[in-house]
Amino acid sequence: MALTLTKGNEAIAEGAIHAGCRFYFGYPITPQNDIPEYLAREMPKIGGTFIQAESEIASINMVLGAAAAGARVMTSSSGPGVSLMQEGISYLAGSELPALVVYISRIGPGLGGIAPTQGDYKQVTSGGGHGDYYTIVLAPASVQEMFSLTIKAFELADKYRNPALLLCDAILGQMKEPVEIGPRPDFKDISLPDKPWALNGNAGRKSNLIKSLYLGDGEMEVQNWMLFDKYNKMKQEDTYFETTDVDDAELLVVAFGSCSRMAQTGIDMAREQGMKVGMLRPISLFPFPEKAVAELSARIPKVLVVEMNTGQMYKDVKVNLDRAADIHLYARPGGGLPTPDDVLEEIKKIY
Amino acid sequence: MSENITPATGPKKIMGRPKCLNDVTFHFCPGCNHGNVHKMIGEAIDEYGIQDRTIGVAGVGCGVFLYNYVDVDVLEAPHGRACAEATGINRVHPDKIIFTYQGDGDLAAIGLAETVHTANRGENITVIFVNNTVYGMTGGQMAPTTLLGQKSTTSPYGREFMGDGYPIKMCEMLATLEGTAFVARVACDTPKNLMTAKKAIKKAFKMQIDQMGFSFVEILSTCPTNWGMTPQQAYKRVAAEMIPYFPLGIFKERTTADYM
Repeated sequence: MALTLTKGNEAIAEGAIHAGCRFYFGYPITPQNDIPEYLAREMPKIGGTFIQAESEIASINMVLGAAAAGARVMTSSSGPGVSLMQEGISYLAGSELPALVVYISRIGPGLGGIAPTQGDYKQVTSGGGHGDYYTIVLAPASVQEMFSLTIKAFELADKYRNPALLLCDAILGQMKEPVEIGPRPDFKDISLPDKPWALNGNAGRKSNLIKSLYLGDGEMEVQNWMLFDKYNKMKQEDTYFETTDVDDAELLVVAFGSCSRMAQTGIDMAREQGMKVGMLRPISLFPFPEKAVAELSARIPKVLVVEMNTGQMYKDVKVNLDRAADIHLYARPGGGLPTPDDVLEEIKKIY
Repeated sequence: MSENITPATGPKKIMGRPKCLNDVTFHFCPGCNHGNVHKMIGEAIDEYGIQDRTIGVAGVGCGVFLYNYVDVDVLEAPHGRACAEATGINRVHPDKIIFTYQGDGDLAAIGLAETVHTANRGENITVIFVNNTVYGMTGGQMAPTTLLGQKSTTSPYGREFMGDGYPIKMCEMLATLEGTAFVARVACDTPKNLMTAKKAIKKAFKMQIDQMGFSFVEILSTCPTNWGMTPQQAYKRVAAEMIPYFPLGIFKERTTADYM
């Protein structure tokens, strides 16, 4: 199949179209504007709906309405915008509605800046809004994955009736890579799941109700345990990660997203110098590859976490680490980029 | 009693529970108008025969239990966001009849932006706005429509414009927007006003059925519990205090849809 040179943000937008998403609601914020701009142009051509809402709060609630109506639906945003969406994301989780939120991170806290960062790992992997819930979080590391994981995220959202989130940053969003995308499928050829719970009028059936309010004695505890079981099922069936060069490794680097690309080059340089270094790249940040960390650290005694924040994924790695393994952190928050040379230096220090 | 006697014509049923209202007891307090409004919505749905294609969106407040009473598909929306939810549903199902049911805190305070922009988009939905000048479900706090001088749990000395601003007039504001098709304010305090209210609610649904755009009915309502009044006193207050500040009437009625 022919490769096309595609920008990361546009690969997400095209992935959504390939996934059968015909509803987009969003609000402008840098560095993700290519997504709404692409869909504002393309949706009318394919019978889809694009609305520029009055805020991120309105966007996520339009998403909630369209999801309740049974549509495959998405929004995209960044930092402050995703913070505003957290109420709605909590309601999506509480109402068990599938939807995709694309998160192209910018530096925080506050207005921060638009440079690449992984400072939102903690926010997205801990649910983000109020209540005892989680969202599915996938973290692409290439433009190709931005396309394919967008489709995957929609499928997982529908499978679990739960919001899914794609976490990227400005490096991935703005860079162009050759991608295999293929021709756009006709909507009728895209397989979408039946949604008998959706709101579309009660003709020929009992009325459907979508809510997250449970006031009865003990009802909410039952609801929370039900959600807990769902998250455990995600852990068992839909944890994704990639390993490279781990078979003979004596040091394991753990990194995700754009950071893993820079770390991988550092690892390759270390290998050239005779150091046996391997890589674990979590692809699903929730569910986190807990077992992979435990098993790999049981035979690879040294672990180096590299991330573009002050050590957020580090905690998830540490809690799942084999007790005999040593853990180290190379952290670059606030738009700092770890170069391959930086990573090599860190590897040398602890190898 | 003889079996041979059959009345030629029995009493004719002229009114009763609308078909689309579930046969359950309302949880509303004595003297509250939510029950009246539910019934009028139910009658409008029955009279247009649209029960199987109607979708309700319940705001947060005493009206959230809409889904227990009106037998249509219902979404419970986050506080204030019902118009955004209704927008999402409307874009997926433009052929369905979609209404929101919202109180004054929900619609005119936390959800003001969503309300105004949904109206401005001319979204083809119907908004039923119950204005009782107080947050009912949370226990009687000051609402955006609380009248000047009115005491509430968070304006214990009475609302003052210097600190709290003025009670907001939603109909007057929304009527200025190009996107609105029908904007009316009604009340439930007298049989005559109830009949007018019913007409306005029916008209609002008709506007939507005819694809005319955003239709909005504000219903001045009682909250005896949080006003600290008997139902009779509360009804009198609607006429004596609310209607003078919130005048009744049709503020806008479009005759042709935008696209025509």
